[in-house]
Formats: sequence, structure tokens, C-alpha cells
Amino acid sequence: MAYSKKVVDKFENTINEPAKFNVGRFDPTELNVGTGMVGAPACGDVMKLQIKCEPQGNTHVIKDVKFKTYGCGSAIASSSELVEMLIGKTLEEAKGIKNIDIVEALELPPIKIHCSVLAEDSIKQAIDDYEQKQ
Amino acid sequence: MSTDINLPIYLDYASTTPVDPRVASKIFEHLTLDGNFGNPASRSHKFGWKAEESVEEARSHVANLVGCDPREIVWTSGATEADNLAIKGIANFYQSKGKHIITSKIEHKAVLDPCRQLEREGFEVTYLDPNEGGLTTLESIKNATRDDTVLISIMHINNELGTINDLEAIGSYAREKGIFFHVDAAQSTGKVEINLAELPVDLMSFSAHKTYGPKGIGALFVRRKPRVRIEAQMHGGGHERGMRSGTLATHQIVGMGEAFRIAKEEMLEDNKRIDALHTKFYDEVSKIEEIYVNGDSENKVTNILNISFAYVEGESLIMALKDIAVSSGSACTSASLEPSYVLRALGRKDELASSSIRFSFGRFTTEEEVEYTLTLIHHAVDRLRELSPLWEMYLDGIDLDSVDWQTH
Repeated sequence: MAYSKKVVDKFENTINEPAKFNVGRFDPTELNVGTGMVGAPACGDVMKLQIKCEPQGNTHVIKDVKFKTYGCGSAIASSSELVEMLIGKTLEEAKGIKNIDIVEALELPPIKIHCSVLAEDSIKQAIDDYEQKQ
Repeated sequence: MSTDINLPIYLDYASTTPVDPRVASKIFEHLTLDGNFGNPASRSHKFGWKAEESVEEARSHVANLVGCDPREIVWTSGATEADNLAIKGIANFYQSKGKHIITSKIEHKAVLDPCRQLEREGFEVTYLDPNEGGLTTLESIKNATRDDTVLISIMHINNELGTINDLEAIGSYAREKGIFFHVDAAQSTGKVEINLAELPVDLMSFSAHKTYGPKGIGALFVRRKPRVRIEAQMHGGGHERGMRSGTLATHQIVGMGEAFRIAKEEMLEDNKRIDALHTKFYDEVSKIEEIYVNGDSENKVTNILNISFAYVEGESLIMALKDIAVSSGSACTSASLEPSYVLRALGRKDELASSSIRFSFGRFTTEEEVEYTLTLIHHAVDRLRELSPLWEMYLDGIDLDSVDWQTH
């Protein structure tokens, strides 16, 4: 398998210590929670990302994140990597995260770029959901 | 967990087997100056005669395991070449008789690709759908048969599922219709009894490396009575009665012969042990919720077990099981990102097809290895399901088919 050590480590750490790596769920009906779910089982990956935010000044800050991912090793590693990038960011900063940031952080092989695209889509959706609730 | 076993644990015997040490020493005897290194085609000296003797003895061992005449065995470089020689050989030789071939969608690529090639050369091929258990039914063959059908090529044991086709029924029908019947039996030797003296099969492909022999050697059975003729695909020297030219690889041939001799002798014992390992494995793994065994459970060998772990993706499961060498129905590790064509042909949904793992046991698998594997599987499936949004939805009672997925 053409995975970098970074992907393998991230994958293994995430499955071995799920709580530490923000695996879990928030109640999606809570007003301060935004949920994004992208992908499809038939395509082999589904990412569910939830952000919990707080207003701060004239923006909102991501205080906590939970995720669950069904997919190949790099899909799981990509979402776990994304989650780490998100905590403490304002929504504007979070919107600025691009898939290439994940590709670079994990050294994803070219055929696994779509995993990072999925991760980028999931944060966009979660922010949309959150903003619609405000 | 006890780790006095060597990791990773090899449970991919259907892919290839290690060479039995007894076979390896036989091979070594046929390589060096002090050994039997001669060219079996050399007629003018003892080196050649001795090599020929070894080759013929090996041929008898192969014939003996499958119940045919040694003169019906043609050495090839493996089952892939045997499949090519059989399919193209029949098609080319008998093309005036008809240009239609019947095979199934879940054959090995070594059968499917030669068929595709023949299509490019003007033949017509019907690729049958197996039933949901992975078996090719006689009914489907009957429905596909035409006046110009010249060959039926159906595998004996499916490499991904371990399912066993009814060769007797298909062969009898083929014979009645005057259609040649080729069988890819790469997974069969040493697993199930084959008696070609009785079985109505015209051509059968064998491989050494699935039965504790070396890679790079195989054989094609070509029936003498009633006589089956094939057009050679390799020319140059007229070896193997003109059907397959090329200097015989004595060391590999004796390796295959010895492997098949041992298989004949130890098959019952091997199978009894593997049956017990299979039962132990199956009983334990079936305690896991939402698993599906792929392939007909009645007509199946016990050395192969193909299981889909629902709500867990196959490649991630293989990564989580890094101490176990198994293969996945999912080809997500390659660029194609396609679930197994075999499981899809069975009508399995893509997500179940891509969550499948093939476990295959063999002569050197121990009970301790199976126990350790089971512990790892429980652990990995639990962890990945905890991580799976699909598992969460399943537990919440959501029907995944009713969800409007955002495909990308």
C-alpha cells in the first residue's frame, strides 16, 4: 500500500484511542451544533462531521468537534486530521481550510485525493448547517 | 494477548501457498551440477535421460492426483497459461465448427481475458450470471447454448468464494451437445477429489503454487478419449507433443509432481484439520452482529471463507488487521476503487461487496493462529464500527437505503 507513515499512524491512533481523537456524536438538534455528512456507502466512504460553536465578538468559534467516518484508511485519517485543524478556529478560518492542506499534512497518494475533498466538503456542510440555525 | 506466534499470520492460502519443505528439497536436487540438471529433451546422453525420467515421474504424480492418464498432462507455466492454451487452443482449432463460447462472469481473469481477446478476433462470448450463491447453474448454461457453441469454460472452485460448481452435471450436458468443456481447477487440487476417468471434462487447468508447489508451473489436462485437439499457442521445438513448446523446467516440474504426490497422500488428513479450523473460525466470527458469508454454504470448500462485515469498509478493516495477511474483495487499494466483480455479480450491494474479506486456511495454519486472528477481528470490527456513521445509523434504526446520499 502506498500510504505514508503519517496516514498509517493517524489511522491507527484514531481507531485505538477514539475518544482522544474526537470520535463521537453531538445531539444534532442542539442550536450550537452544526452537522455535515457527505459521501455514500456505495462509493465506499461516508464522513459525518459535527462542530460545536460559541459566539465570540462578531464571529463564532469552533469549540469542539466530533466525527465518524466509514471508509478506507486514508478517509479515516483525513477526517481525523481535519478535526484537529478545526478546533479553536473561527468559522471564517475554518472555511479557508482546503483539501490540499490535508493532502500535504498526511502526504496522501494521488489516488486518495478524493478523501481530502470529502473532508473539505464535510466542514463546508457542517458550517452551513450551523449558520442556518443562527 | 499471547504473541508467541509469528506475525503477521498468513491466511491467504487461496492466493498462494508456501512451498512444502519436502517439495523444496526435491527442487534443489534438480538444479546443480551434482544434481539432475539435464535437459529432458536431450536424447544423446544420460543427463537428458535422467531429467526426462524425473519429468515423467512428476507427470504420473499429477495424473494420479486427478485420475487421468499421464499422457493427458501438458506442462505449462501455470494455470493462466493453461487457461489460455485451452480456450484459445479450442477456439482456434475448431472455429469452423462454431464461434460461440459460454463462460461465467465470476471466472478468474485468466479465463475472462482470453475470452475478451477471442471476441476481438470475431468470436462471440456469453458471460453467465451466477446464482446468488455464486454457482453457475446448468439451467443458465442450457439457456445460453446455441447451435454454434463450441466451448463451455466454467471454473471448479471459485477463488474468492470457495464455491464448488457441479462439473458432473455441466459436463454431461456439454458432452450430450458435443460442446467442449474446459474447467479452471486452480483452487481444487488437494482440496476435493477429482477423478477425470469418470468426470465428463475435456480440458482442465492446474496450478502448482496453490497446492504447496512452486510458482511458475502448471498443467493442462487434454483428454485423449474422446480425443480433444488444440492449436498450440507457443511454437518452437514441438515439446509436449507439439501442444506447448519450450524447454521443460525440470526443477519446477518435479516440484509440482512432489507437491501433487503429497496432496494425494495427505489430502484427507489436511482437509480434516482445515475443516476443524474452519468450524472454529466460523462459530466464533458468526457471533459478530451483521456479518454475511458470501457464497453458497452447501457447495463450498472449507479452506476459503469470504465474509462481509457490514458498516465497515474493507480496506480500513485490512489496515486494522495488519497482523493478518488476508485479501479484500475491495480493490480500493488499487486505482480502480471498484468492489470485487465476483461479489457484485452475486448481486451484493456495493457497500457489502467492499466490506468483504477472504480468509483462506492451509496446511500450516495452526489453531493458535486462528484464535489470535479471531481476537483481532473482534477488536478491529468493534473499533471501526464505533467510528462508522453507518453503524450509528443502523443502531438508530435508520434504513440506509432510504437516505438521500450525497454522492461525490
